[in-house]
Amino acid sequence: MNSYHLDHLQYLETDAIHVMREVAAEFERPAILFSGGKDSICLLRLAEKAFRPSDIPMPLLNIETGHEFPELIGFRDRRAKELGAKLIVRTVEDVLARGLATAAPGEVSRNRLQIPALLGAIEEFRFDCCVGGARRDEEKARAKERFFSFRDSFGQWDPKNQRPEIWNLYNARLNAGENMRVFPLSNWTEVDVWEYVRKEKLEVPGIYFSHERECFRRGGQWLPIPPPHAGAGQPDPYAGARPKPAEKHAKLVVRVRTIADMISTGMIESRADSVDDIIAEIAAARVTERGTRADDKSSEAAMEDRKKAGYF
Amino acid sequence: MPVPAHHPVDILRFNTCGSVDDGKSTLIGRLLYDSKNLMEDQIEALERSADITGGGQINLANLTDGLRAEREQGITIDVAYRYFATPKRKFIVADTPGHVQYTRNMVTGASISNLSVVLVDARQGVIEQSRRHTCIASLLRIPHLAIAVNKMDLVDWSEERFIEIRDQFEEFLPRLDMKDVKFIPLSALTGDNVVEPSSKTPWFTGPTLLGHLESVHIGSDWNLNGFRLPVQWVNRPNNPTDPRLHDFRGFSGQIAGGIVKAGQKVMVLPSGLISRVKEIWTYDGPVPEAFCPQSITLLLEDDIDVSRGDMIIGPDNLPGQSTELHAKVCWMHQRPLQRGRKYFLKHTTQTVQAVVTEIEDRINVSTFEPEPDAPELALNDIGEIRLKTAKPLIFDGYAINRLTGSFILIEQGTHATVAAGMLFPPTEAVKPEYTDFSI
Repeated sequence: MNSYHLDHLQYLETDAIHVMREVAAEFERPAILFSGGKDSICLLRLAEKAFRPSDIPMPLLNIETGHEFPELIGFRDRRAKELGAKLIVRTVEDVLARGLATAAPGEVSRNRLQIPALLGAIEEFRFDCCVGGARRDEEKARAKERFFSFRDSFGQWDPKNQRPEIWNLYNARLNAGENMRVFPLSNWTEVDVWEYVRKEKLEVPGIYFSHERECFRRGGQWLPIPPPHAGAGQPDPYAGARPKPAEKHAKLVVRVRTIADMISTGMIESRADSVDDIIAEIAAARVTERGTRADDKSSEAAMEDRKKAGYF
Repeated sequence: MPVPAHHPVDILRFNTCGSVDDGKSTLIGRLLYDSKNLMEDQIEALERSADITGGGQINLANLTDGLRAEREQGITIDVAYRYFATPKRKFIVADTPGHVQYTRNMVTGASISNLSVVLVDARQGVIEQSRRHTCIASLLRIPHLAIAVNKMDLVDWSEERFIEIRDQFEEFLPRLDMKDVKFIPLSALTGDNVVEPSSKTPWFTGPTLLGHLESVHIGSDWNLNGFRLPVQWVNRPNNPTDPRLHDFRGFSGQIAGGIVKAGQKVMVLPSGLISRVKEIWTYDGPVPEAFCPQSITLLLEDDIDVSRGDMIIGPDNLPGQSTELHAKVCWMHQRPLQRGRKYFLKHTTQTVQAVVTEIEDRINVSTFEPEPDAPELALNDIGEIRLKTAKPLIFDGYAINRLTGSFILIEQGTHATVAAGMLFPPTEAVKPEYTDFSI
């Protein structure tokens, strides 16, 4: 091996930077989806690497379900400020209040309702491209996604009719109303992300590290107990997501492996309290990352169906 | 728990191709399963679907066939990417479809592979799809080829049959200019010779498939001769608060060939203007040199006009510059390629208009013979064409440099990607007007 050689992280990084710059050059109004989760934290570092010393030439966008871990929101806002980036937040709550979408009877998770909220934000700001931190190793339908994933004017993904993607020549051309989702981390795995966090000394929200938390058992997972219901007389936003009397309670030492919101994130019992520990834990893990996501368990094709409808 | 030290490993990208029932997805499932890269919930999901549809038999193919239609029809529709690692290497696998109508997806999956695994069914031997896939692998100049002779269990692990199939390949391989070809007898279903060596093939002394994937040398797969930086994005800070950044003008891009050093002479094409590298800027600080495929930002000594689509080159191994192009293309759309039609052509970081001036031939993938006077190229056809572009391209032959020798064609109106193109070498190199453009 000569000295002109890239190791796996350097290789993944240079490809991702190339994708970021293609986005900046080819689209008029791109945005980066930033939730404060580990994958989007890596995206922002890649944006810095692609565009510094200039400003990151696109705003950050987050769609809140209203059930977020408070730690995540605080982290998200602080990180955006540090980077001098514009942060746009749109909420499922607002979409519901304006009557643009309705929850199904008994629907507690806001996961599906993020779709109209995201499409609404795309329309409001006329975004032609959203850069996301999704990875192909997360899930079977994601494994089929292109780096540049074309969406029609309804925001839909057509998996049978994807544009061929050859070499590093990305076809970014769109007609009015059409949209692109771009995934620079497509080829990264969960371990790659954590190794990159370690290499770049990136700060991540504390809930990734082990901590004590009140949890309850549902659907074979430990779910966090939602915050107490504050607004008296208001409907409880967590109705249905609170433990029923029959469900087992416990105070556990846990952490999150992947973050959705409080309703759909299973906590894993773990003593990993450093990035090194996390990497060791994943290397030895016997379930996949999304095995702790309640939103993917509903059926074999859960993700495929949501993606076709315009999900991230 | 032991903390794995961060030891730099490299990545091998490979794709698997073969005909519909050659067992590609099963093979990948087997690689993941036997190299202990499968997780409990994945195995659980496999078992769940085995109970429902498979009569209790675990179907390893269900691991990669991610779309509902694929599971229903038992075929692979689109490229599925898989990731696994062994202590020696990381792997990115593109599982590419076998159905003839999805050949374009094989091109997608294989274009940047280091290695292609072509599966053949030991009972069937070489069929048209095997020829087509080998032909595409050779056309894309994938450096390494592994022929997995699968389902050997169904031919009683016959060495004779294995040699027969190898001979069928050897008949046409010399015409395809493949440098490194390995044949491996295996069974994806039983796992013999996939990860673990088989006791049933005492006559076979080669490595297992995984052993080969772990050890094949890929260090020289990138081009390090002739510096090429297609300018991707011009980096000019707006109203910087740092006064040192007032005059910052950087040219950002991913190096597509060669090595660049701070202080060296460079030329910007197509303008032909010459300057020197003032600094190789990166987020992690300036570096004395950079190489393909790193992403960097170049600062030049002189204030010259450079924009996206330009190419910054070094003084050796000069590229070609022309509006007239000769290329092999793989056609990927239902609407055929016709002479006289205009397309957008994307090459490195620039997109120009191009018109097809000639269809020279169409390759018969069964015989590998060119058939002249093809009136058009239809979906999945491979042929040679000539194009004329509205602006000159700065390019190399695809055989020399995959990144500066390739392009895609985009249909105007629908913006569908309709072709993958591989350029023949330029008839002459750029002639610098300034005689001092040398080392």
